[in-house]
Amino acid sequence: MSLLPYLIAAWLFLVGLYGIVTSRNLVHAVVCLSVVQSSTYVLLLAIGYERGGTAPIFLDVPVGTRAVDPVVSALTLTDIVVGATVSALLLALAVQTYKRHGTLDPEEFRSVRD
Amino acid sequence: MGALPALPVAVPLLVAAALVGLAPVIRRRPADAVAVATAATVAGLCAALLLQAAGGPVVYWFGGWTPRQGIALGVAFAIDPVGAGLATLAGVLATAALVFSWRYFEAVGTLYHSLMLVFLAGIVGFCLSGDLFNMFVFYELLSVSAYALAGYRTEDPGSLQGALNFAITNSVGAFLVLAGIALLYGRSGALNLAQLGQALASGPADRLVVVAFLLLLVGFFVKAAVVPFHFWLADAYAMAPTPVGMLFAGVVSELGLYALARVYWTVFSGPLAADAGGLRAVLLGAGVVTALVGGVMCLLQHHLTRLLAYATISHVGLTLTGLALLGPAGLGGAVLYAVADGLIKGSLFASVGIVQYHLGSVDELALRGRGRHLPWTATLVVLGALGLAGVPPFGTFLGKALMEEAAGAAGHAWLTALFVVVAALTAAALLRAAGRVFLGLGGPPARAVDAPPGPAHPTMLAPAALLLAGALAIGLVPGLAGRVELAAARFTDRPAYAAAVLQGASGPGGADAESHPPGYPAGPAGWATLAAVLGLALGIWPLLRRRPSGLRGRAAARLWAPVGAALRSLHNGHIGDSVTWLVVGMAAFGTLLALVVR
Repeated sequence: MSLLPYLIAAWLFLVGLYGIVTSRNLVHAVVCLSVVQSSTYVLLLAIGYERGGTAPIFLDVPVGTRAVDPVVSALTLTDIVVGATVSALLLALAVQTYKRHGTLDPEEFRSVRD
Repeated sequence: MGALPALPVAVPLLVAAALVGLAPVIRRRPADAVAVATAATVAGLCAALLLQAAGGPVVYWFGGWTPRQGIALGVAFAIDPVGAGLATLAGVLATAALVFSWRYFEAVGTLYHSLMLVFLAGIVGFCLSGDLFNMFVFYELLSVSAYALAGYRTEDPGSLQGALNFAITNSVGAFLVLAGIALLYGRSGALNLAQLGQALASGPADRLVVVAFLLLLVGFFVKAAVVPFHFWLADAYAMAPTPVGMLFAGVVSELGLYALARVYWTVFSGPLAADAGGLRAVLLGAGVVTALVGGVMCLLQHHLTRLLAYATISHVGLTLTGLALLGPAGLGGAVLYAVADGLIKGSLFASVGIVQYHLGSVDELALRGRGRHLPWTATLVVLGALGLAGVPPFGTFLGKALMEEAAGAAGHAWLTALFVVVAALTAAALLRAAGRVFLGLGGPPARAVDAPPGPAHPTMLAPAALLLAGALAIGLVPGLAGRVELAAARFTDRPAYAAAVLQGASGPGGADAESHPPGYPAGPAGWATLAAVLGLALGIWPLLRRRPSGLRGRAAARLWAPVGAALRSLHNGHIGDSVTWLVVGMAAFGTLLALVVR
């Protein structure tokens, strides 16, 4: 089993977090969150991967054919749906923020409180 | 057994979808009525499940995919009294919140009702699920509707900002949970909690299991807002519409702790058994720091909902210390405390909502003396403050007494002191606010603003009063402590849980808790009274003097000012900062776990 996909997952997670932490634009921060989420896709798919396996569609194939794990594919699909929902909602909030304040820079909001 | 277990999730989801579809034609009041009726139905269904689960675990396999030869194939709800109890609490709070919304909102679209119902369905599904991945899905479902509800008042910049911080920080937490689930699946090939527990029980924890535990722990701590993962909470809870805040503060924070307890006792208690001592120290430390930071921040607030938000953090810390004892007695106390505390928080949020509605502000300085014509609300706030302090006969007292007993038995009797201090801090903040707003103490009355005159409407007062009555009832029902301890003993019994889910073994089975003697333990009652008196003194003292006088007073003020300023500037609601703290906290917990797990 290759170590590469796990390293990529860790890298995506960290680089996405770095983007969120240093972000000066809410839309950019939302995209960075999607990058963080991509790391979970890579991790899930890497865990279910079979070298030389086919897609897990068991129709017209001999019994015992190697296939990748369909469970992680299902988890990844669910994860993608969740990601789309969260991104859409966050972008809507960012649009509203821009309409009210005329800015998307999180630094400008430090003073909004109290 | 029928489909009863699936109904409390299916019904609100279907009604929510119908309401969205009917949005163009349905009027405000019918939508209100449908939403209230649905939430009440969910509460009733969950209570029925609670009664059923009290006799033994209820396991429901969706689509009839029951386990074959002890291997879980399908997706299950595995319902025990703790999960069903939290689901019932959520149903009750949602009903109260929707009744409260009747009058609170001038105008509100059906989208609000749909979001509340989806939110409720997510919470209930999360509490009943016996499958780790489904827990994640329900966690996301409840979180996404929570983000939308937190940012519901789009005209308020603070609300949007709070929702954004809430959503980004919690999403990162959710991805950590998912990564942990992926690692566990990679190790065991299972997602069912019972199956996972069985697969991992055979050996001691290796590095992969510890890393998976760390990811789940941090992910759930973000939701529970344990320090240092708590920076998103105050803005989200304080800026959300008050009825939404009732649900947030009442049950959502506790769900993170519930999830941690659930995965610990179904999956990790086997492989981590040898390291329970070290883990206990780590969790206790987290609970103590959270309770104290939340308590001090609570006392520093003048904004009433923000004050309640920090009280929520503080009490999550207390609940965590009960859970951290990693035994059935501590867990039982924590559960009882969390439920009673949730009811009181819901009531207090409703009371603050009444203040906001009738006085047009939630700033206690701008409200000074303006609440004189709201005597019932004042009574409810003061009673709620006493309830938070854990004064008998509130259920919070019973929960704390159980936790103290468990802590004493585990050699951590000093926890009693923490409970007294935290109760005094949060009660002080609330009593000070009540003294200012309702009695006009500590200065000239503030100028009135244009707002609907009193007295408060019954649809706003009744939910607050009934939730408080619920918290009282929890403390007064005879024999409840014994039942909760029995439920906690079953919750912590991993083999019995696995047998019930995978083999269909029913019946109470497993460990029996020793029956708890009825009546009130006298010792803890003294401590609770001390906490209330301290709280009263600490709360009223700053109102009766004008400024720090004398050398000692000035020195104390000079010592305190930088600490307060530093704490305030840390809690600045900046998204990048709260994610940075998430990473720092994860590194810290990772180091601690690496030290304590051999």
